[in-house]
Amino acid sequence: MSILSNLINGISLGSVYAIIALGYTMVYGIAKMLNFAHGDVIMVGAYVSFFAVGSFGLPPVVGLLLSVAVCTVLGIVIEGLAYRPLRQAPSLAVLITAIGVSYFLQNSALLLWKSDTKIFPNFFAYTDAAGETHNSISLFGGQLTVTYVAIFTVVICIIIMLGLTWFTGRTKLGKAMRACSEDKGAAQLMGINVNRTISMTFAIGSALAGVAAVLLCSAYQTLTPTTGSMPGIKAFTAAVFGGIGSIPGAFLGGILLGVIETFAKVFNTQISDAVVFAVLIIILLVKPSGLLGKTSREKV
Amino acid sequence: MKKLSANRRRFINNCVTYGMVIAAFIVMQVLNGAGMLSPSLQGQLVPICAYITMAISLNIVVGVSGELSLGHAGFMSVGAFSGIIASLSMQEMIPFAPLRLAVAMVIGAACAGVAGVIIGVPVLRLRGDYLAIVTLAFGEIIRNIVNILYVGIDVNGLHFSIKNEAALNLAEGGMSILKGPMGVTTNVKIATFTAGFILVLIAITVALNLINSRSGRAIMALRDNRIAAESVGINATKYKLMAFVTSAVLAGAAGALYAMNYVSLAGKKFDFNTSILILVYVVLGGLGNIRGSIIAAALLYILPEMLRSMYEYRMLIYAVVLILIMIATNNPRMKAIFARILPHKKEGGDENG
Repeated sequence: MSILSNLINGISLGSVYAIIALGYTMVYGIAKMLNFAHGDVIMVGAYVSFFAVGSFGLPPVVGLLLSVAVCTVLGIVIEGLAYRPLRQAPSLAVLITAIGVSYFLQNSALLLWKSDTKIFPNFFAYTDAAGETHNSISLFGGQLTVTYVAIFTVVICIIIMLGLTWFTGRTKLGKAMRACSEDKGAAQLMGINVNRTISMTFAIGSALAGVAAVLLCSAYQTLTPTTGSMPGIKAFTAAVFGGIGSIPGAFLGGILLGVIETFAKVFNTQISDAVVFAVLIIILLVKPSGLLGKTSREKV
Repeated sequence: MKKLSANRRRFINNCVTYGMVIAAFIVMQVLNGAGMLSPSLQGQLVPICAYITMAISLNIVVGVSGELSLGHAGFMSVGAFSGIIASLSMQEMIPFAPLRLAVAMVIGAACAGVAGVIIGVPVLRLRGDYLAIVTLAFGEIIRNIVNILYVGIDVNGLHFSIKNEAALNLAEGGMSILKGPMGVTTNVKIATFTAGFILVLIAITVALNLINSRSGRAIMALRDNRIAAESVGINATKYKLMAFVTSAVLAGAAGALYAMNYVSLAGKKFDFNTSILILVYVVLGGLGNIRGSIIAAALLYILPEMLRSMYEYRMLIYAVVLILIMIATNNPRMKAIFARILPHKKEGGDENG
């Protein structure tokens, strides 16, 4: 039973990574940049929903929607102010700018909300008439407990994945995104507004970060200005793991990473990160462009 | 005729770099002797030297070899802790502190070099962002391993464990050096500014000689066009590895120097953020430009200190400065404005000053 319970925990953690990784992978696919500030957008979303629910007593659904809305706007603003002026710049310059944005968000949060750890309320729990709080269901006569957060996380992740696959494959804007990621110049000649498309990609990626913020913090229930950075790095790893730029790849990479990390934690808490990264290295050595990544042949 | 003048320009460029560092050292020494340095800045002198060396070393990988490395603090960590272990275990054997410091730095450099070979061989098979993520992964793995490692010494020699201090089985009079997540807490401070200055000079010499050598030209040819370089018979793996290991060795020495400036040091100091910090120095200083790395590392290391009076806002200002510099130097419109204000600034020109 403990294996099953760990597996469920792993898939649930992996689903959060997958949602974040989807944001990474979409932005990378179109803008060819590693958006290091993505993890910090998550943190901002988490604070927004924390104050909405904790301080203003709004229902959790409103907290989630507010988090998504604020993250979306934040994503568009960051892209417009910091990344758009650097569209033609070398990729390293954009990378450093992204790091600058990440520092900026972390330190703004530090100033605004102080460094003390906030206890995040579990959005996926309810209190019954007797005053008891329920946050999980028991299966097999209490041998296996699955939290509501875990169930919701997995379900939301699958919905998002399917939604994004449909969106990029079928809708006009989604096709425009794929066109831009293939060849920006040609896309522009076909009448696609490249700047607006990139802006929309950031909006979608950041909206996903807003969802991930609530799921992540509901599961771990702690919140500090650096909450987003480690999940951000892990999700980035997951995106590379599955083949960066590929939506099913990000999903698969996220789930695998979460499962490996959870099992490694059972074995030894302190080196679970090392195990995750070691597996990543081995996979990349065998498949140098990730599990589902496209291998592009280099031309002279 | 043209070649001669190019050589000459390079010579003058290198002289300016050396002269700048030597002048800075003399000025700092004089100011220090006159007691005009604040205590906090005094304490910063050795770390500045260590970070300058780190920036030069990372520039060899990112600027000269053209591969993005996000785990450079890992090599610094290897150098730091092997240096500490070497220094503390040779305390009786070599009582003369500067010599012990030198030996510790050599051992730190050697250990980081070995780590560089172990990491470089698999990593350099990959390209671009995949290479970057694997260096990040190795950096995190090194940090994790240091975090669980216990090292002690007694009359029988060194003892290692990954469980706890008791598992070291130290004999009577033994001393545990590295204590897992707590790191080192009983180090002896032996680093001096002069040692840091010498290390920076060595790093500059190594970097400039590498860049201006046949191997350096091969490395840069691989950076500019791998396929073309390979087709004229340049061994890609060999030269990429050469740049990577040279960089790791310098980082190890810098790590050992840095560690010797503190009584206590934990493995978590050398995390992803430290790697990024060094990368910021390199990019702001200019890729492939050694002199730029030195200036950027020194200025940016001091900047948060200078902003200490605005304590709460200093990292915020740092972030804004970082973004603005990147936009100002890379945006075409901004570049045009700068070109109008500074009409004498030459475009391009010195690549490796």
